[in-house]
Amino acid sequence: MSKGTLFDKVWDLHTVDTLPSGLTQLFIGLHLIHEVTSPQAFAMLRERGLEVLFPQRTVATVDHIVPTDNQVRPFADSVAEAMIQALEQNCQENNLTFYNIGSGNQGIVHVIAPELGLTQPGMTIACGDSHTSSHGAFGAIAFGIGTSQVRDVLASQTLALAKLKVRKIEVNGTLNPGVYAKDVILHIIRTLGVKGGVGYAYEFAGTTFEAMNMEERMTVCNMAIEGGARCGYVNPDQVTYDYLQDRDFAPKGADWEQAVTWWESIKSDADAEYDDVVVFDAAEISPTVTWGITPGQGIGINQFIPKPEELAEEDRFVAEEAYRYMDLLPGQPIKGTKIDVCFIGSCTNGRISDLREAAKIAQGRRVAEGIKAFVVPGSERVKQAAEAEGLDKIFAAAGFEWREPGCSMCLAMNPDKLQGRQISASSSNRNFKGRQGSASGRTLLMSPAMVATAAIKGEVADVRDLL
Amino acid sequence: MGSEIKQVSGRAVPLVGDDIDTDRIIPARFLKAITFDGLGENAFIDDRTALKGEHPFDQTQYQGANVLIVNRNFGCGSSREHAPQAIAKWGIKALIGESFAEIFFGNCVAIGVPCVTADGATVKQLQELVTANPQATVTVNLETLQVQIGDFTAPVFIGEGSRNMFVSGSWDACGQLVANADKIRSTAAKLPYVGWGKLAV
Repeated sequence: MSKGTLFDKVWDLHTVDTLPSGLTQLFIGLHLIHEVTSPQAFAMLRERGLEVLFPQRTVATVDHIVPTDNQVRPFADSVAEAMIQALEQNCQENNLTFYNIGSGNQGIVHVIAPELGLTQPGMTIACGDSHTSSHGAFGAIAFGIGTSQVRDVLASQTLALAKLKVRKIEVNGTLNPGVYAKDVILHIIRTLGVKGGVGYAYEFAGTTFEAMNMEERMTVCNMAIEGGARCGYVNPDQVTYDYLQDRDFAPKGADWEQAVTWWESIKSDADAEYDDVVVFDAAEISPTVTWGITPGQGIGINQFIPKPEELAEEDRFVAEEAYRYMDLLPGQPIKGTKIDVCFIGSCTNGRISDLREAAKIAQGRRVAEGIKAFVVPGSERVKQAAEAEGLDKIFAAAGFEWREPGCSMCLAMNPDKLQGRQISASSSNRNFKGRQGSASGRTLLMSPAMVATAAIKGEVADVRDLL
Repeated sequence: MGSEIKQVSGRAVPLVGDDIDTDRIIPARFLKAITFDGLGENAFIDDRTALKGEHPFDQTQYQGANVLIVNRNFGCGSSREHAPQAIAKWGIKALIGESFAEIFFGNCVAIGVPCVTADGATVKQLQELVTANPQATVTVNLETLQVQIGDFTAPVFIGEGSRNMFVSGSWDACGQLVANADKIRSTAAKLPYVGWGKLAV
């Protein structure tokens, strides 16, 4: 059992009780909700005659179903309109803070909570969305939950949970040019596997993560769930505090001083004990692209799609399925694969630093003939910041569409979808079958700069050629 | 709340494959709804369409089955409770697999559907036995932690806390959690961040 890690300390501080089942009743410091996984939870609450116990600790926004072209209400899609209305009504009836479209603070739930300073070190955070793991970048224990558990948090501000083990994933050294946080996490997942993290919290440690800014750390923690870990985190440090200071919900004045002292105290101890430790060398990570139907099926840009005999026996079944579905041949290079659609956005890579890196590639170049390329900022604030810097103009001049904030084609619960067998280069987090809105559509995951490169070249290409 | 679930017994349906994610169990377009109604008929819908009737959920011999036998990392991906809801509404009351993704497992507990694990060889054997004899009765016993089909018996595993919740009928934790309101308040009061900033309780 781990001992002295941030996970252990935060878990203990938030333990309300041990339930008769032996599970822990854990206090949730911040509850984030959105339109997709909450309506049934409010209905269950009403059925049981329960009220929201701590309405101040739940914050709502709308992200999955919002259109990214025309956001005028009512939405053209009547079901989407009904969902946003349900959220509006549920928030109003229960006195919950709701950042609606046009509030200036709306956006993907995992983008807005950090930028508002809602996400803080040492908190427990839950949300009915698996990418809640993103908030671990701040040294929070943050994880996705289902709708019945959303009900539980609304009713009691707690959850019934079994404690996780802790694996330290240490990456040391400097990333090579053209290698980004997205490549680091894709590399970790391809090495440890998509179920490698089941039962674990991932602590991301080492000089590579220490050198990352908060947005890069969020990208890594965002995809911890893709490696099977329900949550991932980075210990808080000066980078964390500099990001948080003066944000809307961050502690102010004397509270700030007290906060920093407390945050320092909850970091993993130097002699903390882990259930497992894995070490990587940053220099060995190259720009990474997925070729299959799980985020673990990734390879370096200059590598070849693995042949069945090169894979562990237990990985061959899914690989065979991936060859068929993706229509990509074993032994073939991934570089040069023709692309139809390029999507930059999502809770993984829809932040301002992601858009800056993509814009550097797009600047002064043109999207290849026949490619649909679009950029979707992660929030209204990201959009505003990007426009203030002129990134929208760089993208537009290069032939990218510049959109309104939302989840967009990451899961395609809105009009942004692949059509038929289209193949996309995507900065999102999942390449599952049918994920981007077409039952036969195909997704290649990569960093935003690599997506921009694919847009310019019309095929999977090496970002380093355009740096 | 909830009721005691000590064992689940009935016919089984084998679903072979690793890393079957929740987008495949119920595609995102079916999340556009404000209730869980009607999800059962759309469980695995894209896989079923692609397989033109050959998906186990469409094959006549498995209609009415209530135990689902899967392989590794079943239910990975999205946290959508719509996935176990769709499987449950199709008729499944328990799952046996090599491993389950964490959020999926938690969602199943919350709606009273036990997921037990067994080693790869056992799962493979169970799938073969059911394929050979779809009418056989499979029993998942949470008290003895065994699965039985005909003469074949094998051990299964589930975390002790979750097992307790099923056999004692406390799998719906909401009532227990709410009943602890005083302890919840005192835990909250000890957390330094509850009190600073705009989210103060």
